[in-house]
Amino acid sequence: MISLVSAFSFVVMMFNIPLPGGTTGHAVGMAISAILLGPWASILAISVALLIQAVFFGDGGITAFGANSFNMAIVGSLVAYAVYRLICGRTPLQSPRRVVAAALAGYIGINVAALCAAIEFGIQPGFFHDASGAPLYAPYPLSIAIPAMMIGHLSFAGIAELVISGGLVAWLQRTNPSLLKLTAPEASDSDALAEPHDCTELRPLWLGLAALMVATPLGLLAAGTAWGEWSPEDFKKQEVRQEIAAASHNIAPPESPPAGLERLGSIWSAPIPDYAPAFLKSKELGYILSAMFGTGIIVSVSLLIGWLLRLSARQPARESA
Amino acid sequence: MALSVKKRASSFIERTVASLGDSLEHSDIAETHSEAVGLLQCLDPRVKLVGLFALVLAVVSVGRVSAMLGILALAVGLAMFSRITLRVLTTRVWLGVLVFTGAIALPGVFMTPGEPMGRVPLLHWTATWQGAHSALRLLVRAETAATLAILLIFTTPCTHVLKAMRVFRVPVVLVVILGMTHRYILLLLRTAGEFFEARRCRLVGEIDARTRRQLGAASMGVLLERSLLLSEEVFDAMQARGFRGEVYTLDEFEVKPKDWVALVAFVGMALLALWAGNQ
Repeated sequence: MISLVSAFSFVVMMFNIPLPGGTTGHAVGMAISAILLGPWASILAISVALLIQAVFFGDGGITAFGANSFNMAIVGSLVAYAVYRLICGRTPLQSPRRVVAAALAGYIGINVAALCAAIEFGIQPGFFHDASGAPLYAPYPLSIAIPAMMIGHLSFAGIAELVISGGLVAWLQRTNPSLLKLTAPEASDSDALAEPHDCTELRPLWLGLAALMVATPLGLLAAGTAWGEWSPEDFKKQEVRQEIAAASHNIAPPESPPAGLERLGSIWSAPIPDYAPAFLKSKELGYILSAMFGTGIIVSVSLLIGWLLRLSARQPARESA
Repeated sequence: MALSVKKRASSFIERTVASLGDSLEHSDIAETHSEAVGLLQCLDPRVKLVGLFALVLAVVSVGRVSAMLGILALAVGLAMFSRITLRVLTTRVWLGVLVFTGAIALPGVFMTPGEPMGRVPLLHWTATWQGAHSALRLLVRAETAATLAILLIFTTPCTHVLKAMRVFRVPVVLVVILGMTHRYILLLLRTAGEFFEARRCRLVGEIDARTRRQLGAASMGVLLERSLLLSEEVFDAMQARGFRGEVYTLDEFEVKPKDWVALVAFVGMALLALWAGNQ
């Protein structure tokens, strides 16, 4: 199994992936390997693929095998796996979130691996140079090595890995979702769209949210002014000016409000200024009501986005049927 | 416009087919050369592995370019006596390394601080002696190490290279994994090449970028499924033949007097290069 996944990783490196903008790039397949095999087997599989590539296919890197394995096999696999598990959580195997998680895992994994390589390149001139100061190995300091490596990886190489990781997970979700089960033992492999959500799983979250809403008036206990959250009127009130100065290492604020703040401050008037609706006498109750109102808006928008995503996911299924 | 899109669409498949074909061709060339009669081909694989690896270590450890060039000349001489032509070395090793390492090394000529060597007309970039020396050293080192590595693979069957790794106390299980991986790579390269070829034959007209990406992901998915299916079948076949986790290898190597001479020569050259290169 490890041999075959190593071979698969090697062959995947040969694939030219069409990228947005008309170019093509190669992927390493570290995220795919980590998602399918788990982090530890992925480390072994990518290392074996790198060794075969260095020894048998003349791609170089025999003496750099340790560094390459550390960057791509160890760091790449572990970071990609952590990002994938963090984002997809306990979502069902066919959830669109797993595609996003895989894509981001590939993108972040390859970029962290590239950053490690850049640091390894960049510290070499400091350690290894001859009497005249000429570098013995990699010639560039960190200030050049990091941008040089990261520009290419944040753009082309990262996007190639993103496209491959997300695309392959999306393809597996449609054809063989059980392959995703190894790194998602708690996830259901039934159709995520048809599966009703288990409300009891979310109960602690809702309770926590309610507790936070009730606790919002605690903010009133804090003394002084929140630094930077000043209105143009605050610059004219002597009492507030003293608070601003106290919060700014006793540096007195300007005599008149900054022109930009005065101009932009009038563009938008909040419906509930200072978390206290005009009709309420109690500040504490105003805070709690504001928290409920804000949370309600966020939950509604989230539900709307989720509904739209489910709607768009159902569309291709109907078309293919 | 349509023509350029079509050209781009087909080039994605053609480039992939070319990449896969190039790797297969590399393996075929290695296999052909390892079966030829030559100086390195008749040596014990363990001696070649230890000797050439000692030279690689020497070339990455020395600081003087002249010492590296000496090892490179030795490697070229060994290649000549092993029926590996300059043309093969140029196309299979030197050009690739020159492009890749040259791209890394060239800016260093202008970016490394030091004594000015000259200025580029129009661009007004100043090249320094330190930068040029550093770039040359990087380039020669990479070319020499890659040449030595290719000598081993082009003069030794891969199964013998794997078995020779046991000299370095590499566990048997890892040697078996490497051997199986190498064989599977060749199989998967052929499989992937075949279905890209099949797709290219069926392709009429143009395909958009989204479809191309879907095609790439689907190709990988199919390859993965085939790989996993194959791994189950191979494992069942191994168990049916009595595999219980123990690995036994055939073809015991035998070290002859000429192998001892070669080993002493390799290690002696490596030590000489280390001594001369760090003076």
